[in-house]
Amino acid sequence: MKPFAYSRETGLDHALARGKEDGVRYLAGGTTLIDLMRLGVEEPSTVVDLRALPLRDIKADGDGVQIGALATNTEVAYHPLIAKAYPVLSEALLSGASPQLRNMASVGGNLLQRTRCSYFRDPSSPCNKRMAGSGCPALDGYNRSNAILGVSSSCIATHPSDMAVALLALDAVVHVRGGGGERAVPMGDFHVAPGSTPAVETALQKGEIITHVTVPASPFAQRSHYVKVRDRASYAFALSSAAVALDVSGGVVKSARVVLGGVATKPWRATEAEAELVGKPPTSMSFDAAGAAAVRGAVPRTHNAFKVELAKRTVARALRDLVGKA
Amino acid sequence: MTASSVGKPLDRVDGRLKVTGTATFSAEVAVANVAHAVIVGATISKGKITALDVGEAQRVPGVVAVLTHLNAAKVPGADKPTEMTDKVVQVLQNDAVLYDGQPIALVVADTLEHASHAASLVKATYAAEAAICEMDKEIGAGFAPKAAPGRPPPDSNRGDIDAALATAFARVDATYTTPCENHNPLEMHATIAVFQGEDHLTLYDATQGIFGLRKRISKAFDLKPENVRVISHFVGGGFGSKGSAWSHVFLAAMASRATGRAVKLSITRQQMFAFVGYRPQTIQQVTAAASKDGTLVALRHEVTSATSRFDTFAEPSANVTRMLYACPNVKTSHRLVRLDVATPTFTRAPGEASGSFALESALDELSYSLKMDPLALRLKNYAETDPDEKKPFSSKTLRDCYTQGAAKFGWSKRKPEPRSMRDGNWLVGFGMATATYPSRQSAASALARVKKDGSAQVLAGSQDIGTGTYTIMTQIAADALGMSVERVHFDLGDTTFPETPVSGGSQTASSVGSAVKRAGMAVRTKLIDLAVKGKGGPLNGMSAEQVDAEAGVLVSKQDRTKSDSYEAVLARNGLDQIEEKIDEKEKAERKDHSTHAFGAHFIEVKVDPDFGEVRVSRVVSAFAAGKILNRKTARSQFIGGIVWGLGLALHEHTERDPRTSRVVTKDLADYHVPVHADVPDMDIVMVDEVDPYVNEIGAKGVGEIGIVGVGAAIANAVYHATGKRVRSLPITLDKLL
Ligand SMILES: Cc1cc2nc3c(=O)[nH]c(=O)nc-3n(C[C@H](O)[C@H](O)[C@H](O)COP(=O)(O)OP(=O)(O)OC[C@H]3O[C@@H](n4cnc5c(N)ncnc54)[C@H](O)[C@@H]3O)c2cc1C
Ligand code: SF4
Repeated sequence: MKPFAYSRETGLDHALARGKEDGVRYLAGGTTLIDLMRLGVEEPSTVVDLRALPLRDIKADGDGVQIGALATNTEVAYHPLIAKAYPVLSEALLSGASPQLRNMASVGGNLLQRTRCSYFRDPSSPCNKRMAGSGCPALDGYNRSNAILGVSSSCIATHPSDMAVALLALDAVVHVRGGGGERAVPMGDFHVAPGSTPAVETALQKGEIITHVTVPASPFAQRSHYVKVRDRASYAFALSSAAVALDVSGGVVKSARVVLGGVATKPWRATEAEAELVGKPPTSMSFDAAGAAAVRGAVPRTHNAFKVELAKRTVARALRDLVGKA
Repeated sequence: MTASSVGKPLDRVDGRLKVTGTATFSAEVAVANVAHAVIVGATISKGKITALDVGEAQRVPGVVAVLTHLNAAKVPGADKPTEMTDKVVQVLQNDAVLYDGQPIALVVADTLEHASHAASLVKATYAAEAAICEMDKEIGAGFAPKAAPGRPPPDSNRGDIDAALATAFARVDATYTTPCENHNPLEMHATIAVFQGEDHLTLYDATQGIFGLRKRISKAFDLKPENVRVISHFVGGGFGSKGSAWSHVFLAAMASRATGRAVKLSITRQQMFAFVGYRPQTIQQVTAAASKDGTLVALRHEVTSATSRFDTFAEPSANVTRMLYACPNVKTSHRLVRLDVATPTFTRAPGEASGSFALESALDELSYSLKMDPLALRLKNYAETDPDEKKPFSSKTLRDCYTQGAAKFGWSKRKPEPRSMRDGNWLVGFGMATATYPSRQSAASALARVKKDGSAQVLAGSQDIGTGTYTIMTQIAADALGMSVERVHFDLGDTTFPETPVSGGSQTASSVGSAVKRAGMAVRTKLIDLAVKGKGGPLNGMSAEQVDAEAGVLVSKQDRTKSDSYEAVLARNGLDQIEEKIDEKEKAERKDHSTHAFGAHFIEVKVDPDFGEVRVSRVVSAFAAGKILNRKTARSQFIGGIVWGLGLALHEHTERDPRTSRVVTKDLADYHVPVHADVPDMDIVMVDEVDPYVNEIGAKGVGEIGIVGVGAAIANAVYHATGKRVRSLPITLDKLL
């Protein structure tokens, strides 16, 4: 690990000022940052610890809820305002990592966690995301965990977050503060596909701090569900996951959310799948059709081709379980 | 007689130290003025180093030395292994790169932080060559390995397999594959090397074999063996990877000599995938054939395993096929292919773990062709004597393992049709397989000593690799000495103690236990002699046979009011202590017997029909392994083996990039092992077995048998649940979609 300076800021403005300097990285739970520093993937010269900032509250926000960026994954998952009203969020969080990690991991850090692509995590390997223009060995190398949706010829790295998949399904908004003041970024615009600049992963600008996330009330939030498929029973990233939510009235789906995880370069809203559902009764047939629509345009590679079928089934199953549950 | 301690589920004598974090593992030994070393690994898999820029690394504050092939001392013995456990090591002797992660430089600094930072700044330039790691493409270049001394030959042939196959009623021909697996014990390999002057070396090393290490290092560095001391009080798991002296041990010693300081070298988790061995990938072709009633008429098992360019370790997967069933026509072979990879090594049940997956899967397939229950097929072909060595078994209670295991599991509830059992949405499957492992014994020595305060000290080199050696040796010694375990202190892990073999091949209990027992008995005999023939005392004048030892007190068998404590005997005779050292050889009767432990696994799996996720829901395993020395530590060995078997079946695989031969999955996030949620409660049946021939203590060793057969039992259960036969481990969900 490269030696670095450490400072702890107690005021948001001080922290933002530090964030403008070169080589600064913010620290929240550290479960992504410190790991990557140990691997030599991140080499900040200064680490600015945000944990003393007053950004940890979870509270009602009109009909919705506001979640501080420093709230831990555990706090969010079990919070009474979340567990009942937004089951998909609670389920997604609890399917991630391990209790120890969830106790450390923050909401802001979770949104900004980096890909688990093994080549990215090995500084001795080329990787366009880590070192622009060095190449993408995952394309033709070992790519079992890589993405099939939202890929480019520069990068096929999967976005690993479970929580972000649920937040996208819930139309959440990410609130950030920078030199120029506050901005509100809808979840759908927060993460970006790699295109030709895989180093750019989010809409966050240099030095900006995520202050909180708001999740609105919605007709489908309460009828929502997360299904995660992985290589072992627990403590593994998703090979495929789906956050689904349905607003059903009069036996017909009024609105739907289908978001895929584990298979795409960013939390992946499958609008074609949603379209398959809306206006129809919630039946197994339309769930299968939604699954098929969700993976339309998928680009499989040598070791991850199975994800096409798996993602399809994940969507259909999540919808079936959701309707069965209600 | 003293109430026997052996067999009791005594808590680990080192348990408190372990759970309070006060057991001192090798890297934690406090050594004055210690410097920290970090290995720089190659980032290509084949070629030459053309330049090494160490300037930046050297400028990091606190850096003491940077060793490379340009300045490192020559170690002529590095590439000259002599013993079975010796490895060819890569210790900065030239510019050649033979595999990914090979040590190419060693940075030594005042702190670990400085050393690892400096290590990241060493810049190597290479002339890289094309590296090959795809085994299936090389299989045509397979060659027969030389037989290792004292080990079975690579090929075997009995009967006439072709003639038998021509008339067989049912037959299975299938290819099974197992991937590369890395051991990954919790404790990474670690060494502290301390050169005192030019010719004395102390090594605190996480090793399974202190004496093997001493021999290898003293030869390689041209030191007198008695001038090399290896100390290893606690080892956090080895599984075979710590059975050999790998490059890092040599490098630590080289660095200590070069810098004149004690040097600590603890390798990283990523380096656990680089140069400390692994279970090699295998491709196994099996033919199994039977007559209509299920009698096996032919077994053929052809194994190819992968190895490095410079070593010839072969995974002996087919050895189990030679002896497990009473089949008259059996042909087996082992071949090697060379790849541009690091060298493989022994991994918990080397050969048996991988080979039983193929053999026991093939038998399961055959049972479906025969429409016969898989357990009935095994019973039909039960080997009463060893068909390979043509000797009687020293003991074999496998039949009881089958019947007791099957009864506890409820095997009779199995519906024969695949995909016929369900639990809600889950598909349910039952699978079983036989387990076996050789019961070895090597020469071992031990010393027992009773002191004038009535306590005992018992010493044997040996190692406790987390298995419970401290505990069972204390129990064996206490019984032999006629004392209670509380008064017996057993110590190990030091080459100044009596010589013992490597803790590998499940032989420690057998070898060291026999020596400890005889040393304890010898001291007890001496004490009795003194009591009856020495100066005065209540037992004086009796014959030795009339005296018993009980909790450190000698008692007359006729008149139990007459007694004499060990303290009193020693005091009266003016002795500070009585000691005996025993050099125990292999038990003579072993020559005329085949010695193996046996077992049977019965496993239930549930498979998600949409996703192909496999969950092991029940395990009942029965073992007959001679005398069980401690039911608690033995159970831990069995379940530990089974958990690894579960990982072997469902999770573990080390992947390399086919274009560069570099390891891609090199941490525990990418390399999956089972987590708690994957492991159900396990029901372990320990079948009573008395074995008078296997060794002095009648125990067969339980360290490895647990893993054997689990891969097949799970694969067989998955087939039963789904109707899909997976012949390539691990059974990841993509293979079941
Ligand atoms: C072994 C392991 C298993 C895991 N398994 C899963 C899993 O199954 N599913 C899953 O979803 N995740 C998983 N994770 C990832 C985990 O969820 C993330 O590491 C965690 O959420 C990151 O949060 P943190 O607070 O620790 O972030 P940090 O490591 O502190 O920060 C991460 C990044 O975000 C930046 N940052 C943090 N907070 C802010 C802020 N408020 N404003 C601006 N920038 C900020 C930091 O500068 C850094 O670049 C796993 C992690 C590990 C180590
Ligand atoms: S997929 Fe993306 S992260 Fe992975 S190696 Fe390619 S560029 Fe790097």
